[in-house]
Amino acid sequence: MRRRAVRRHTSRPWTAGRPAPGGALRILLFACSFALTGYAGVRLLAGDWFGVALWFVGAAVVHDFVLLPLYALADRAVTGVLDAGGRRKWTMYVRVPAALSGLLLLVWFPLISGRVAERYESATGMPGDVFLGRWLLLTAGLFAGSALLLALRLRRVAKARPPAVH
Amino acid sequence: MVRFPASSPFSPAFWRSPLRGPWFTSVLGLVLLAGITTLFVTGLLSYAAYNPDVSPVNDKTPDKGVLGFYLFPWPTDPPWLYRLTQGVHVTLGITLIPVLLAKLWSVVPKLFVLPPVRSVAHALERISLLLLVGGALFEFTTGVLNVQLDYLFPGSFYPLHFYGAWVFFAAFLTHAALRVPAAVRVVRERRAAEGSGGSRRTEGRDDRAAADGRVPAGRQGSVDGDGPGDQQDLAGSDGLEELVAPDPAEPTVSRRGALAFVGGGSLLLFATTAGQSFDGPVRGTALLAPHGGPEPGDGPGGFQINKTAASRGISAAETSEEVWRLVVRGRAGTVRLSRADLLRLPQHDADLPIACVEGWSTSDQWWRGVRLRDLATLAGHEQGEVPDVMVESLQRHGAFRRAALRANQVRDPRSLLALDVNGEPLLPDHGWPARIIVPAAPGVLNTKWVARMTFGDLA
Repeated sequence: MRRRAVRRHTSRPWTAGRPAPGGALRILLFACSFALTGYAGVRLLAGDWFGVALWFVGAAVVHDFVLLPLYALADRAVTGVLDAGGRRKWTMYVRVPAALSGLLLLVWFPLISGRVAERYESATGMPGDVFLGRWLLLTAGLFAGSALLLALRLRRVAKARPPAVH
Repeated sequence: MVRFPASSPFSPAFWRSPLRGPWFTSVLGLVLLAGITTLFVTGLLSYAAYNPDVSPVNDKTPDKGVLGFYLFPWPTDPPWLYRLTQGVHVTLGITLIPVLLAKLWSVVPKLFVLPPVRSVAHALERISLLLLVGGALFEFTTGVLNVQLDYLFPGSFYPLHFYGAWVFFAAFLTHAALRVPAAVRVVRERRAAEGSGGSRRTEGRDDRAAADGRVPAGRQGSVDGDGPGDQQDLAGSDGLEELVAPDPAEPTVSRRGALAFVGGGSLLLFATTAGQSFDGPVRGTALLAPHGGPEPGDGPGGFQINKTAASRGISAAETSEEVWRLVVRGRAGTVRLSRADLLRLPQHDADLPIACVEGWSTSDQWWRGVRLRDLATLAGHEQGEVPDVMVESLQRHGAFRRAALRANQVRDPRSLLALDVNGEPLLPDHGWPARIIVPAAPGVLNTKWVARMTFGDLA
């Protein structure tokens, strides 16, 4: 019984009838944190306050409601296709190279897409149109490496399989 | 309370990944704790490296108030100091992106927790979490865009990234204070359970069972209640067990495998970025980083350029030997020197790197020119009382066409007004006819195409 009480109390610390222990401390901690947020925040918003606030909140919204659902859906689609073919175990062989390639594209999108190519060339004296090609080659390498690993695994499985199964 | 169908994200049954759970989130959280703390400290160091308190021209956040409490005169030793701190800042930041994304993915069901607000403390925590997530993404995004010269963000990079960092860090500290103890406990308990040969059932054991498809992963959080550790775990993990899917899908990878996947993403970003802090073949490995790949040319001037002469509007006419004169002002008045005059002054050598705020750097280049302190003497300042100096470039635009150096930087015997590099006269893109080079200083303070130097106390 005692354990049960502890459990109900702690897994939902704020629903208990009386304030959770440390609740006052938490509120003090938030107050302190928000004071610092406010001090830096008025400086952050001193220029284009609307634009900055939009970026700050928009970053969280775009991540949580656009980027994450998109890659989760893409992942579900891949898993679904492989599942339907009875190849669920192969998921990682597709997921890993696709996600790594997508990650590189996400991080280096301005360079890969060429949207800053002109400014980049003018500033650094180096060609700005090389990044798309490099990214495509890396992507090809990632998928090729994954295919190679899968082929090796399939061969190993085939060899290990007892002849009776054939 | 309204019960949502499993097709709604507000229903716990919507979240089916067998990977989510206390251990996965805790490990990622602890990696971010160390990583983001390092990013914050190296970021603050970078601001100090600009010497913002020497002169307003160095300070892009003059309203900083107490946020500049820690500022100190940036040293000139070791000469690779900024190369290290800023290389770590940018390279680590890029390397942490997969960890950040995975961490956010691992806790996303909490975004849809109902009721949305349970109490005042819960409301405060949710606001704090918005600042945490928004702040993290804001900082990473502005940083990643800035190193790629994509100035999309609404304002100047310096105030956005600096004040944004403080807003983010306030929420980060709070989050760490509330969550780190539980995360440490979760990770420790699992390790202890593994070490003791698994007398207690743990998430780890369950992982493997789950990966085999034998046991629904994560169920044990609510099913197991035998071990003495369980009570403690529940008491400490502070809602972390809510992350475990009540109806998990069949796993395609173990939690360890998923963690290795995240680490692989970090490794790939690191491997294609870190090379831009080195020369030659190593730089070639930084395939997607802005200053990776082949060097911009061969020969003595074939090293990285931040801003070319053409991009800054520097013409050959104004930098020719006949036209260009360096104006040196100081206690004794004004001296005008041609490049030939400068070459007649005592010449000194210094092997120093270039290190940019954008995170890339070069190894030591062999610079040759006139010591800054000799120019101070020429301007009428005694050897023992070398002052600060304001350096102005020929360039008409740009945030750092003027930059101030502190007395300790002027005094250093390796600080030069360089005329040659690697045995040849400077190329226009490296600052011909004369440029500043100071040990451990950020690249923007190493002014190119110098036109005027004013010695005196600036502060």
